[in-house]
Amino acid sequence: MAGYEAPAVVAPDQSIMGPDVKIRLKNVSKVFETRKGPFVALDSITLDIPTGCFFMLVGPSGCGKTTLLRILAGLETHTSGTIEIAKPADGRPGNSMIFQGDSLFPWMTVWENASYGLAMRRKPAAEIKEKVSHFLNRTGLLRFADYYPHQLSGGMRQRVSIARAFSNDPDILLMDEPFSALDEQNKVMLQEELLKIWEETRKTVLFITHSVDEAVTLGDRIMVMTAHPGREKATLDVPFERPRQVLELRARPEYGEFVFNIWSYLRDEVQRARAQDEGRTS
Amino acid sequence: MSEIVHNVAKASSKKSFAISAGNIDRIMNIASPLGLLLLWEVAARFGWIDVRFFPAPSKIFVTMLELIQNGQLWIHLKASMYRLFWGFVWGGVPALLLGISMGLNRTLRSIMDPLVSATYPIPKSAILPLILLIFGLGEPSKVVMVAIGLFFPILINTMAGVLEIQKIYFDVSKNFGADRYQVFMTVALPGAMPLIMTGVKLGVGMGLILISLAEMIGAKSGLGYMMWNAWEILSVETMYVGLLVIAALGVLFTVVLNEIERYLVPWKAAR
Repeated sequence: MAGYEAPAVVAPDQSIMGPDVKIRLKNVSKVFETRKGPFVALDSITLDIPTGCFFMLVGPSGCGKTTLLRILAGLETHTSGTIEIAKPADGRPGNSMIFQGDSLFPWMTVWENASYGLAMRRKPAAEIKEKVSHFLNRTGLLRFADYYPHQLSGGMRQRVSIARAFSNDPDILLMDEPFSALDEQNKVMLQEELLKIWEETRKTVLFITHSVDEAVTLGDRIMVMTAHPGREKATLDVPFERPRQVLELRARPEYGEFVFNIWSYLRDEVQRARAQDEGRTS
Repeated sequence: MSEIVHNVAKASSKKSFAISAGNIDRIMNIASPLGLLLLWEVAARFGWIDVRFFPAPSKIFVTMLELIQNGQLWIHLKASMYRLFWGFVWGGVPALLLGISMGLNRTLRSIMDPLVSATYPIPKSAILPLILLIFGLGEPSKVVMVAIGLFFPILINTMAGVLEIQKIYFDVSKNFGADRYQVFMTVALPGAMPLIMTGVKLGVGMGLILISLAEMIGAKSGLGYMMWNAWEILSVETMYVGLLVIAALGVLFTVVLNEIERYLVPWKAAR
């Protein structure tokens, strides 16, 4: 819990980025000091995320994509480079994160978990009630409001995480492989639900995944990252219109072509990551 | 949605199983001491044990009724409970606050850890003379003895409880903008609660041991005094009444604390 330095937050009126850019990273690097010497997790990442963009970061495991998200969430510091995040004008929270794996407080009910952000900002009870019941309803969990997380399935728990982040009404949503622990059917259902809820608000999203299918299904723009150290390999715009139906989209031939296209960038990196893993273990 | 329905059915069937298993546990909890008493009574009646040292439970029971009727037992019980209560307040509350702070703050932990490790193993009975010297023969010395006894198990368990909370929960509270007080109230305290309750149970046991000890020296009331006095006037039955009352208190506290735990930690009890 060392002191951390939040990324620079720029108010809308003093922004040099213009109204259409929400997050701007310039040469952002992260170096961890380890016993074996410095470990470069992120190497000069430069990117702009437009306002309202569903931005996907895809890369092999260990490429530092989670580190990048944690830096933006204020849970980690970057070593060098500049980060600018446009500040919401109306005092709403800057970002809310949907974590990988179990992040619901086991000692709180579904309702208490979903209202956590609003409660921490000491919002009036009426506002909490309105927002939380809206998003619990949208995720089909309203009648489980009094349940504890251990009484729910993995898919339901991740829905509560989604409701928790959306109820908080942040300017930016940060998602760290939220569906990676789910089985395929649950994954498709939750992707579908996420897209529907997102359509209501069209918030800026930074979504991390190692699944190319997930990236193409959900995203507006995809940045493919290299294996360690994490660098930008390619950035592509997803050519599919919204709103999207997950299964219909996946049945289209252009979908397969686009996925193949992304894979062509990713394949070498996955192999490199694998070689690094083998080198590390032998 | 069928997945949801299926899961609810599973969760509720699990719950009903837990309740019936809990009932069996409770029956066993009551049956085992009753069985021991019965065995004792039989052994005393048939002369298998020396009744000068081990009087029959029925005789002890008669003495207990006498002590209840003449109000003696109530006076001593009240005195001991009063000291135990204030000892719990003065020992338990600081232990809880310090334990959580030590769990949350690395610097405080590294300052306090050696002090705790050095003072914890000192037998609390060995500092009774010092406590009597400092606080005199009155009420404060008894309360302080209980407070010291309660302090360590609650402190150590509370700190361990906070350290055991997974880091991701602190990340969540930070990301959702919780301030220090909110982290304390929404993450550290509830997250450590299962181990805090363990510490409280151990501490109350320690408190009962120390209160009877402290009351044997320099007290004119309390269960410890009652037993010490019974030894001086050779009333073996009264000594046993004291022991039984303390044992009953131990059981009562355990039952009450288990109920409190069920209420405070509903997310663990149902597992």
